[in-house]
Amino acid sequence: MNKKIKFNLNGEETTLEVNPLRRLLDLLREDLKLISPKEGCGQGECGACSVILNGNLVNSCCIPVGNIEGAKVITIEGLIGTKEFNILKESFDEAGAVQCGFCTPGMIIASYALLTKNSKPNEDEIRSALSGNLCRCTGYDKIIDAVKIAVKKGENIW
Amino acid sequence: MLIKDISKPVKRIDVDGKICGTTRYLADIEFKDALYAKTLRSEKARAKLLSIELPEIPKGYFIVDKDDIPGRNKVRIIFYDQPFFAEDTVNYIGEPILLVVGPDKRKVEEITSSIKVNYEELPGVFTMDQAEQCDELIHGDDNCFVDYKYSKGDIDSIKDRADHVFERNYKTGYQEHIYLEPQGMAASYENGRIKVIGSMQCPYYVKDAVVEALGVEYDGVQIVQSNTGGGFGGKEEYPSLIAGQVAAAALKTKKTVKLIFDRDEDIQCTTKRHPSDITLKTYVDKEYKIIGVEADVKLDAGAYSGISNIVLQRAIFAAIGTYNVENVKVRGRAFATNNIVTGAYRGFGAPQSFLALELNMEYIAEKLNIDVLDFKKKNFLKKGDLSSTGGLFREDILLPDIIDTIENMSDYSKKRKNYKNTLKGIGMSVFFHGGGFTGDGERDIIKAKVKLKKYADDKVEILISNVEIGQGVSTSLRKIAAHTLEIPLEDVIFVNPDTDRVPNSGPTVASRTTMVVGKIIENAAAEMKKNWVPHKEMEVMKKYVHPTGFSWDAEKFIGDAYNTYSWGANVVEVEVNPVTYEVDVKGVWTVYDIGRAIDERIIEGQIEGGVAQGLGYASMEVMRSKEGRLIQRTNTDYVIPTSKDFPKIHSKLVNSPYNNGPSGAKSAGELTLIGAPSAYAIAVQNAIGKPLSEIPVTPELLMEVMSDEQKN
Repeated sequence: MNKKIKFNLNGEETTLEVNPLRRLLDLLREDLKLISPKEGCGQGECGACSVILNGNLVNSCCIPVGNIEGAKVITIEGLIGTKEFNILKESFDEAGAVQCGFCTPGMIIASYALLTKNSKPNEDEIRSALSGNLCRCTGYDKIIDAVKIAVKKGENIW
Repeated sequence: MLIKDISKPVKRIDVDGKICGTTRYLADIEFKDALYAKTLRSEKARAKLLSIELPEIPKGYFIVDKDDIPGRNKVRIIFYDQPFFAEDTVNYIGEPILLVVGPDKRKVEEITSSIKVNYEELPGVFTMDQAEQCDELIHGDDNCFVDYKYSKGDIDSIKDRADHVFERNYKTGYQEHIYLEPQGMAASYENGRIKVIGSMQCPYYVKDAVVEALGVEYDGVQIVQSNTGGGFGGKEEYPSLIAGQVAAAALKTKKTVKLIFDRDEDIQCTTKRHPSDITLKTYVDKEYKIIGVEADVKLDAGAYSGISNIVLQRAIFAAIGTYNVENVKVRGRAFATNNIVTGAYRGFGAPQSFLALELNMEYIAEKLNIDVLDFKKKNFLKKGDLSSTGGLFREDILLPDIIDTIENMSDYSKKRKNYKNTLKGIGMSVFFHGGGFTGDGERDIIKAKVKLKKYADDKVEILISNVEIGQGVSTSLRKIAAHTLEIPLEDVIFVNPDTDRVPNSGPTVASRTTMVVGKIIENAAAEMKKNWVPHKEMEVMKKYVHPTGFSWDAEKFIGDAYNTYSWGANVVEVEVNPVTYEVDVKGVWTVYDIGRAIDERIIEGQIEGGVAQGLGYASMEVMRSKEGRLIQRTNTDYVIPTSKDFPKIHSKLVNSPYNNGPSGAKSAGELTLIGAPSAYAIAVQNAIGKPLSEIPVTPELLMEVMSDEQKN
């Protein structure tokens, strides 16, 4: 049965009539046509569907829509154009952190979630913060490098 | 930007869309009025299909099965053995029987789960030992898809003069690719033609398979690669199967049909790396020269041969690794079982062989009480030596440089001396990869063609069937063209291949794209440059040119199995926890000779990704099968490395260029994975002071080995 759900999506108040048991990932991709969250496993293992929910990194495949009532949801689409996103974009490019790209939006979201909470993470903290996001192409080193570059580039921003 | 130094990294062409999330993979493409498909699969490992009880199928929903394949119901891979849809028998758990197709995804799933299949179970073959014993015959008269033998020199003549003889068996398990984007295909029926779009490595393999499935004219099928989220070999031959299925569904329904696997289905049903069982018998003289090797290589091919014979060839041609051995006798068998079908996976049989070989070198050195690196150095191949098949190594082999460089980076010898029985360990592997297709395959089978098209605005498009799957070829190949044409990189166009537009430059496999296809692009660009007229449209078509002086007997396996080789050494340092038996990787160092690097940052990315996959394979990636059923069935129980599992990988390159590669480039993608599993296993056995003979090296295995004096 559908229910009215009100939440803030990428800065905009959004009201939708939806089945509260649907996955947030499906709502974003199918109804709202936001394709940056990807479905890699559907079990909360791979992090390709990462979004930020009330400031925290979550797997949108594990969140029933009913749980986002009144919440703030951020996807890559909502970050594009911000100073923080531009720094991450430059850093991922410069480090060579992108290969097949399927994990990349999730990695960017996870990096953003880390840096907004901890502006000067050390390598262990970066590795821990990204450990819920799987990448099969890069072996992670260049993604870790990218976050380190973003820390430097965004010294007064994070 | 003009490309002056081709090795200097440039911005990747595909990076912005991938970071912004605007790059569309198959699941992100919207098709108007598309139907969803779901596969009904066999639940039995070997059975006769007696009957299929369908529920009432609502209007607008369809069943697509063997009767809907108008052409040949066999996937064209090598031997035409696997059906698109099962006929009267099923041979592995997960074998596709039919598709349910319809407009509502949930309804399609509901129909699929309410179909009842009645089977008559038949006895199955579930291990290579069972297959070899032939108590139950499931293929031919020996349960072998192929049984290869080749030799060099005269092994019998040296048996008497060997001072030492060692025989030992090694085993490896399955590995699943876990490309982050699961398999998927969509097909549509347009103006009497079938168009298939999907995630793939080999558009023309898919085209050939679909043409034969539908029994249509070659022009009746169009294949387009969608942005592909990783392949690693997993999207080499498997996409041909599902492309044929969705094509048949589109032909039947006259609508677009989309089939995208969920992760569990992908893990449970797609191809894996072959489990191996390798026995090496090594003859050594009193100077510690290896004078003979007998190898018996067995691979579990699963229920259908697929591409297993070629994987086996690469495995057996690595029988003596980087060592100069004059007398060689090799047997290789790919066994039919009722297990999951195995197939292409980065390294293609070589990681299994090098695991056995490099552990074996350690074992022999330990038994002879000599330093393993001295033992290896005494036996290393050099220019002018002959390969296991008698092919001549024509180029400088930089193994001495590679070893010196990795020694300096890792402090290997000093650590090795100090670590004995301290629960700290360090291991080194040395390995090669033969670039491109085996023997004359590039000339006689692939026959690659490349087209360069110059437009009136002086932009040049590369038209080839090779694909970007993350490895960076959309950037590397543009660099090669821009460098040769001396035009800005921005003026070279490369888009995902569409078989209506591109000639067949071969599949994106065997680490051949940069080396082989890149060279043809270089040649085409040189010709275009010579005839360049500004603001005029022009086209150049170039074919593969086989280097002269190489010979290969594809029946007897004699001669130059590969025209060139890339080389490498890996060092891994570990510490073993004696209470939990967990292994902590403390350091990873790598040195590779891939000829000239086309883009050093892209190559570093290949190295780090390949090594991490190899380390995962050797340690945590456990996949086993019981009575034909995989035990690890989801991403939760088949785990791959995360950012926390391994430390930073240090890498350096040395360069012995290949004249027939663009700017001297050789193959790179697979080489990066081949040595990591053995370096890891060697490091762990060094730490515990007991020999290992299998991977993955799990804590459970270590507990057994460390507590059981009898084991090994």
